[in-house]
Order: sequence, then C-alpha cells, then structure tokens
Amino acid sequence: MQHFPALVVILPLCGAALSLALTKIHIHLGRNVIFLSLAASFCMSIMQLRNVVLNGPMEYRFGGYALPYSIEFRIDAVGGVVVSMVALMGLITAFYCISGEVRTDKIKVGGAYSVVALFVAGMLGTASSADAFNMYVFLEITALAAYCLIALGGNRGMIAAFRYLLVGTIAATFYLMGVGILYAVTGTLNLQDMSVIIHQGGKDEAVLVALCLLIAGLGVKSALFPFHGWQPSAHTHEERGSAALIAGVMVKIPVFMLFRYIYFVFGMDYKYMKQVLIILGVFVGIGMMYGSIRAMGQTNMKKLLAYSSITQTSYFMLGIVIGAPVALAGSLLHFIGDAFIKGGLFYCAGAIKYKFGTININNFGMIYKKMPVTATLIVSGALSMIGIPPTVGFFSKWYIAIGAIQTGKYIFLVLLIISSLLNAVYFFKLIEKVFMENDKEMEDIRPVKKGELPWSMLIPMTICIAVIFLLGFFNVPLINIVLPLFEGVGL
Amino acid sequence: MTGIEQFLADKGIYFLTFFLLSLGIYGIITCKNYMKKLIGMNIMQVSAIIFFLSLGQKKGATIPVLLEGLTNSDAYNNPLTHALMLTAIVVSLGTTGVGLALLTRIKEKFGSVEEEEIIRRQDKL
Repeated sequence: MQHFPALVVILPLCGAALSLALTKIHIHLGRNVIFLSLAASFCMSIMQLRNVVLNGPMEYRFGGYALPYSIEFRIDAVGGVVVSMVALMGLITAFYCISGEVRTDKIKVGGAYSVVALFVAGMLGTASSADAFNMYVFLEITALAAYCLIALGGNRGMIAAFRYLLVGTIAATFYLMGVGILYAVTGTLNLQDMSVIIHQGGKDEAVLVALCLLIAGLGVKSALFPFHGWQPSAHTHEERGSAALIAGVMVKIPVFMLFRYIYFVFGMDYKYMKQVLIILGVFVGIGMMYGSIRAMGQTNMKKLLAYSSITQTSYFMLGIVIGAPVALAGSLLHFIGDAFIKGGLFYCAGAIKYKFGTININNFGMIYKKMPVTATLIVSGALSMIGIPPTVGFFSKWYIAIGAIQTGKYIFLVLLIISSLLNAVYFFKLIEKVFMENDKEMEDIRPVKKGELPWSMLIPMTICIAVIFLLGFFNVPLINIVLPLFEGVGL
Repeated sequence: MTGIEQFLADKGIYFLTFFLLSLGIYGIITCKNYMKKLIGMNIMQVSAIIFFLSLGQKKGATIPVLLEGLTNSDAYNNPLTHALMLTAIVVSLGTTGVGLALLTRIKEKFGSVEEEEIIRRQDKL
C-alpha cells in the first residue's frame, strides 16, 4: 500500500514505453498492455483514496531521503480525488480510442496508444507530486503528449498543435522562472518546506514576482481568460478519440496546481495575496461572460464546447478567488464533474462525427431517434453545464454561491447567475437542435449491426452519464471528504 | 570595483536573463517563419537555464566533487541547480524535437513554413 502513489504514475509510464515494441509482436498486444496498466492504475488510485480518507495523507519519498532533499509524492484527500478522476477518465478514453484505430498500420496503433498513456501518466504525476520542479517535468510530459495528440487531427490539427507548442513552451518557461525565483528565495523545492519558509516573511516582493509568473504560466496552460488564445483552435482540430482527455482533463490540472500554490504554499496571510486575488477575480469575471458570449454564435459543436471551456475554467478559479472553504469544495466538485461533462460532450461530438461525418449543430435533426445514448449524454451534460438539479453542475455552483454569500462577495454571485443564464442560452440551443430540428437525412457512413455505436464508444459514454448523476446525488460525502482540508486554509 | 562593475557583478546576469527571455518572446511574436519562431522558443528556454545556473554559483567555489580536507559547504558550487537544468535541457530537447517533427509534416502538407503561405493554403485544403 505505501508504494501506491508511485505505482499509480509508473504503471501507465511503463505501458507507454512498452506499447510500441509489443505492437511489433501483435497489433493488439501493446494496446492491451496499456489498458491493463490504466485499469490497474485506476484501481490503485481508488484504494489509495480510500486509505487517504481513513488514515490521512500519504507521503512517498523517492529513494527514502529525508524530506527537503527527496522528491516527494504527497496524496491528500483533494489530490486523491483528482488522481482518481484522471485515472478513470484516462481509462475510459483509451477504450473510446478503439473506434479510431488505423487497423492497417501497426506502428500507428502502438504509437497512438503510447502517447495516450504518456499523457495520462503526465497528468497523474502532476496531480500527485509535491515538488515544484518535478511538477514542471510532468507538466511538460503532459504537454508534449498533448501536442502529438492535437497534431493527429489532420492538416489544421498540425497548425493548431504547432501554435500551441509555442504558447505552451512560453508558459512552461514562465513557470520555470517562477520556480527559480522561489528556489532562490527559499532554497527548497518541496512545497511544504517552501510554505514554511515563505510564511516566515521577508523577501515578499521577490515572492510576488514568482507568484505572478506562476499565474501567467499556469493560466496559459489552463486557458484562463486573458491567456486563452490557443485553446479554441486546438480543441476544435484535435484528434477525435482523445479530445475528451485534452479538453476535459488536461486544462484542469494547471488550475489544480495553481490552487495548491495559492492556498497551500503562499497561504492567505501572504502580504500581497488580497491584491492578487482581486486581479484574478477581474480575469474570472470577464472570462465567465466572454466564454459564454463567444460560445453563443458557434455552429461547430467542438468550437462551442471549447469556448464553453473558458467559462468552466473561470468557475474553478471563482471558487479559488472567493476563498471560503465551502466555495473551494464547490470548486473542486465542479472540477471533478466538469471532467466528465466536458469529456462526455466531446465523446458525443466524436460519436456524431464518427457516424455522420459532421459536427455542425444545424445537422443534428432527429439525433435523439438515431442515437439515443448520445442524445441522453448531450442532454444530461447540457443540463449539468447550466446547473439544473439533480446533476452535479447544480450542486457545485450552489456551494460556490454559498461561499460567495458567506464572504460577502455578492458581485461574484451576480456574475455566476448571469453566466449560468448565458450558458442556458447556447446549451438549450444545442438541446433544441437535437430534438426539434428537421431531419437532414445524413448518410450513415459507418453502420453498426446492432445498436447505435460500437460498444467501445457506448461504455465510456454510459459511464459519463452515470457519473454526472451519481456525483449529483452523492455530492455530500465527497464534500465531507475534502472539506476538513479546506477549513485550515480558506479565508 | 567601480560602480558599474559592482552593478554588473551583482545584477548583470539577471538583466542578461531578462534580455534573452524578451528576445525569445519577441522573436516568437514577430517572425512570420515557423522555423524562426522555433529558434526564438529555444532562445527563451536558454534564458531560464542561465537563470537557474546563476543561482548555484558562489564566488571562489569549486566543482561539487569532494576534495581532501575541504569540508566547508561554501567551497562548493550548488550542484542541485545543475542537475535540475540537465532535466530542463532534456525537456527543451524534447519540445524542439516535437516542434521540428511537426514542421516537417507541415512542410510536406503545405509546401512551406511561412505563416502567410500556410494560412492561404489552409483554406484550400
């Protein structure tokens, strides 16, 4: 059990390394090894989460050195939940990718799966690591795999990937500079140790520069409002199978890192934290409006979802800006829920593209009869995005709103409600297209003998529907797990 | 030491870092050629590496290999920053490699790595 934090990350990494070689032996051997490693990683992450909830945070020190000198993986309740979410999303997305295989070319199949496994391993590592530089390395592993996955999406995908590569590297360099300044000030890279030294005070100005660099770097990576330029084209043109993973999970991990830096390293009693949070609040407020308004005009479903992502990222940051423990917990719930909602909606876009070769929402007439499961996922995802009970989106926004009222930041409450209403405009448009639009008589380019889609696509979509509702019904246990951790750090 | 020498000795390296960082970002933004953008990206990454390496230096210190009779930690440079930057160089190598691979593919498909050319052909494809 004590080796689980490391094994969760190492297994997909080994799978990624082995996949290409094993594919030489048999076309599906490498793929199956990756499924096995991701499934094992998911099971371990669940057991690890259970252990964390029962016995408190787990620490894993590589090489067994004493604390400030060794690289540490630290899993607390929040990290455990995030790691489980990433592992589950990675597993079901790998399943979903089966439908997109190029069956004629062994190298392509093995290579694509190893990139997916590398991507998941990078995100798991970023979420579990407690070492500033180690986080950078995992962040770059994630980013490199993401560039490859976006480039797989055809000609425009390559251009989008190259542009994202440039922007993503600028972001990573900013993060590295921030870590460098923090290292110069504190002389340590371990987050806990760093937190203790920063709390002793002195050198506040240098630390402020580091915090700004971290916010800029991680903001670009997570497509926070003023830094979102790369995101819509990358999300629109990325490869169909892994779109859910890139849009649903990748952009959340930097927000989680930022959250850990702001609350667990710098802390609320840091001298300039109030001012930093006000500036972040302005970004978040504009971002919530901007994403929704831009999404309204889109007819390409992926582009609509990409702009909607900017709004969702702003919601997580909203919880962080408000800072009350309840709002932080709500932000985390939204964080977990949105991975499955946004991921699920991207699965739908991929499925419709797979079956009819189009993702223009004007062609979605009669989809509910032709593809009932897809339509169910679109509707439950859309309702959850708007925030209608009993889906998870309602409860997360509810907790964030309670936090806003508790701390007296009513402006954010107003913005949250207006932004939710704007969400309703374009998601109801999507629902209307699915149910009311005339049938465009699109040709079914990939008929399936039984059912609407291959089973490898239906299983991930069913899991997403289930999670959206289950998280809604059982939100209280999840909040109770994470709330004690936030009590100490919030405002 | 005169004033200017003192200033350069104390803070010059930070100005060099900042200059390289700005130069790299300026190159990425203004160059129209994708290959030049990639070169700008590399210059920018070098700035972060120089910044870290400058943190580990001490005046009059030697390389971090244990010498007979020299047990004072002030006598050795900090090896950690060098180790970190070794990793950062590998990351930078990986990024450049992926970037070059992408450019090769773009050149194959679009016949050019000039931004205007690519935008023009993008609409035709």
